Amino acid sequence: MDYDKALVVEGITKRFSRKRKREGVFGKIGFGYRIQKKAIDGISFCVDRGEIFGIVGPNGSGKSTLIRVISTLLIPDEGRVTVFGHDVVKEPIIVRRMINRVSPDAAFFKKLSAVENLAYTARLYGIRAKEAMGKIEEILRKLDFPRSRLTEPMENLSKGMQQKIAVARAFLTSPVLLLLDEPTVGLDPRSKRSLQEFILRIRDEHDATIVLVTHDMEEAERICDRVAIIDEGKFVAMGTVEELKELCSDNGSIKSLEDVFIALTGRSMEEAEEDDEDF
Amino acid sequence: MMRISERISAEMLVLYAFIGRQFALYKRYWHWELMWIAYTFANTLAIGFLGSGVGMVTGQEVDSKTLIIYLLIGSLMWGYLAGLFWEVGSVVSWERWEGTIEYTFMAPISRITHLIGMCLFAIIYGVLRTVLILGAVAIFFDLDISGADLPGALLILVASSVSLVGIGMMVAILPLFSPEKGTQIMGIIEALILMVSGVYYPIDVLPSWMRWLSWISPATYTLSGMRKALLSKEGISGLFPELAALLLMGLIAVPLGFLVFSWAERRAKRIGMLSRSG
Repeated sequence: MDYDKALVVEGITKRFSRKRKREGVFGKIGFGYRIQKKAIDGISFCVDRGEIFGIVGPNGSGKSTLIRVISTLLIPDEGRVTVFGHDVVKEPIIVRRMINRVSPDAAFFKKLSAVENLAYTARLYGIRAKEAMGKIEEILRKLDFPRSRLTEPMENLSKGMQQKIAVARAFLTSPVLLLLDEPTVGLDPRSKRSLQEFILRIRDEHDATIVLVTHDMEEAERICDRVAIIDEGKFVAMGTVEELKELCSDNGSIKSLEDVFIALTGRSMEEAEEDDEDF
Repeated sequence: MMRISERISAEMLVLYAFIGRQFALYKRYWHWELMWIAYTFANTLAIGFLGSGVGMVTGQEVDSKTLIIYLLIGSLMWGYLAGLFWEVGSVVSWERWEGTIEYTFMAPISRITHLIGMCLFAIIYGVLRTVLILGAVAIFFDLDISGADLPGALLILVASSVSLVGIGMMVAILPLFSPEKGTQIMGIIEALILMVSGVYYPIDVLPSWMRWLSWISPATYTLSGMRKALLSKEGISGLFPELAALLLMGLIAVPLGFLVFSWAERRAKRIGMLSRSG
């Protein structure tokens, strides 16, 4: 088994269907019909151990679906995903021990405090609350989270603070593969910067592999070793930021990943997001 | 490889995670719980007063003491069973509402441990709530249960919890596919069980075409067993038919409930329904 490969994704396809009502004279009537859309369309890639791999693309391009497949929360229609050699569909519990995820919505029990939420997660991963407390404090200190607010209900904390707790929850379980799905969305510039620095430090200190999903091109450029650009469920390019810029630098006007995205898809990120809202 | 003792210790920690989490949540949502307890208490009290007043309404002599206990057993047991059913059925709906479902389903735990943890909480909390309401109601009525078969009643309670938990697991999948309609269907199923199980009357009063439904409801045997133990004061041997029926139902319902839940989880992951909120 090749343990230098943290993540291997081979030809993953995922379709979703939605019910639509037929449009009649009196508005939407009848039994309706189903439409199908490929959220991910035959994606393949590998992530090396210790690498920070970025997936960038507009909202609705299939980034979160891909993360959900890797997280064992969605079963792909076609293809195979392995984490350190373990199949996410056939060996979900082994895979779940190795991964954790930060999603854009910091999903917590709102009335419980940060400590209660984190202690609950720790127990699910076989860590006793006392043992977890030391770790929690260490992680939150690095993220500049005030200790005094640990016992407040989550609903009293700002979006930025909740996101820091979400990051702490993910790191608490010492994952070897960390899936960060828009971790800095909604954060102020200072918090965003400190989280980005924390991600880089974690990779260096804890030998963690990180898949970072973002639509923030600057963020991807700053912290990712390699980046894949996703549009309409397909990877349109993959490589280091320099390689991607070089790929589209015929007229020398490519300055950023956003320029690369426009050159490869013929649309800006905003336009791509508007197109995807139809489904 | 993990040693057996380590494995057991890890599974116990997971069970504690769910039980502890639910108690913490109930503590924070105490006003809802207070409302629920007050409602059940008032309802149980009203049922008891109904028993006291039957003689006055009909103008005939009625053994009101027996009638009150008969009705109170129905009310209290219904409160317990409905609470248990609702708790187990809420495994999915509560977490969807909070938005935490993906994190719980992504944790490296077996689904059976997850479901057992939620069921254990439901049983522990249900017993505590029932005892509290019983204590409060006892102040208002002169309840004579001396000589009642309390160990037998406890056995019936445990056996009925097992079978109800199995049905609860099956019902818990409804909110997985339709968050709103699923919870409403759960309510309808609960109401049907209430109607056919003889909570406040013997099932013989039901029309014959409806009676077969009472035979497949575990609540029927729970109520019948409880009344035998507390009212007729029969020993455990007298409770054998009810215990056997409940255990048989549990033996079928729990594995079936687990299989149905596992199938539903897999299906939800195929069609992408795990995280939908609407």
